[in-house]
Amino acid sequence: MKLVTAIIKPFKLDDVREALSAVGVQGMTVTETKGFGRQKGHTELYRGAEYVVDFLPKTKVEVAVSDDKVESVVSTISTAAQTGKIGDGKIFVFDLVEVVRIRTGETGNEAV
Amino acid sequence: MSRLNRHICKLKSVPGLISLLFMIVPSVAMADDLNAGDTAWMLTSMALVLFMTIPGLSLFYAGMVRSKNVLSVLMQCFAITSMVTILWALYAYSVAFGGEGAYWGGLSKVFLSGVSVDAMSGTIPETVFMCFQMTFAIITPALIVGAFAERMKFSAMLWFMGLWLTFVYAPICHWVWGSGGWLGGRGILDFAGGTVVHINAGIAGFVACLVMGKRKGYPTTPMMPHNLTYTVVGASMLWVGWFGFNAGSELAADGTAGMAMAVTQIATAAAALAWMFSEWLSHGKPTTLGIASGAVAGLVAITPASGFVGPMGSIAIGVAAGVGCFIAAAKLKPALGYDDSLDVFGVHCIGGIIGALLTGIFCAKSLGGTGFGVDSGGMGAQLGVQVVGVLSTLIWSGVLSFIILKVLDAVIGLRVTEEQETEGLDIVLHDERGYSL
Repeated sequence: MKLVTAIIKPFKLDDVREALSAVGVQGMTVTETKGFGRQKGHTELYRGAEYVVDFLPKTKVEVAVSDDKVESVVSTISTAAQTGKIGDGKIFVFDLVEVVRIRTGETGNEAV
Repeated sequence: MSRLNRHICKLKSVPGLISLLFMIVPSVAMADDLNAGDTAWMLTSMALVLFMTIPGLSLFYAGMVRSKNVLSVLMQCFAITSMVTILWALYAYSVAFGGEGAYWGGLSKVFLSGVSVDAMSGTIPETVFMCFQMTFAIITPALIVGAFAERMKFSAMLWFMGLWLTFVYAPICHWVWGSGGWLGGRGILDFAGGTVVHINAGIAGFVACLVMGKRKGYPTTPMMPHNLTYTVVGASMLWVGWFGFNAGSELAADGTAGMAMAVTQIATAAAALAWMFSEWLSHGKPTTLGIASGAVAGLVAITPASGFVGPMGSIAIGVAAGVGCFIAAAKLKPALGYDDSLDVFGVHCIGGIIGALLTGIFCAKSLGGTGFGVDSGGMGAQLGVQVVGVLSTLIWSGVLSFIILKVLDAVIGLRVTEEQETEGLDIVLHDERGYSL
């Protein structure tokens, strides 16, 4: 099992959610977050004083998947979240040691 | 149905009695010298000017500080409103309006003695005049709050404002508007408080931020406004309330009040656009904080001029204020490095000076104004008096503010500790937070 964590542009969230549903992903966790990469930050302007704001608003999508689905989930996210412009985000894939469905107590792939 | 309506219904059946009624009503009004129209407008104006401080100015300022200090600013404005009200009733009204001295009004109206139900001030009750002037005495110290925001002890703030009202505001108010006041006697044109309110508060704020020093981290740490929605709402309330301030300063519901209202609206719009375009040209974007600040700058600058200039003169004053205050806040402050947190000096002192001086020019009849206040000498003499008014306010307010602040710093200390400043004044000084999100 893997945990796929994608940092994407906030306005791409709906596209990503729909595309993931289409390939059979049944759940995900979404967090509003901040960060920067090569895009760097932006400037804000208050009465002529320009402030460089390093951290830009981003959305973090986390999906737990079985090993056979990792490839399709990663490619689905990277297609759906892509604009081709700087700041599109990153996808991280982690090994997932255990998953438990709290309601039934199921574990492993059955719980994903 | 009110009693009056029932009377009128009864009278309608008797035409002769109606004409009798119309003959009686005006003569009754003249008998006690009270003009109901004037009085109604001044009752309204008092409420409008109070609305400028709470909630207008309070929100304007509260939005510009960081979220950890939002309550401290609201609290300061509210406490000043309450404290000045009491001090004004106890003695400050008397110092400003109690008599005919050149430099202060004396103590004849201490505890509001003589300000009874029947007492008159022109065509309005003196109670109304006293309350109208009270709202000016409230907003002027409240304006200063913006200069030392986010770092002053609440107790020191109260002491400073009480002493400042007593030794700075009330005397200067008398100089310009009190009967026998020396600046008024020289023919200074200050319709609604360019010197008394704005230059006065602006220079006091400038001195306060210099005496207290910069906020910890300024200017390297970004200190961005936490809620510009408040600021725009507050600026809009200031704009609306300002009609009481300027058109109310005529103390009557007449043509001058109408023109004061018109030029206030026009100058404010001109200044809002001027600041917006200045910023757009020099920084690439038109900002909401910019257009709101420009509107306040325009309101400040038209204040002394409002009863004396025409609509086209007011556009010139508005544009000058919008551009001038933008330069002061966005260029001069960073260049000189002082930390006037919310630009009290840049907007109120600079805007007040621009307005006070341009009043001396655009009051000319040839430029659409009502004429000069000096007996002879024309525009040169008028400008001379305006300069004297500006300088004497700058000096008196600047020096006295400095002395009061230095004394208070030695006795009780002006600033919170660095640790408290970092934690935020809301929690440290008031045991509250503005937001529980």
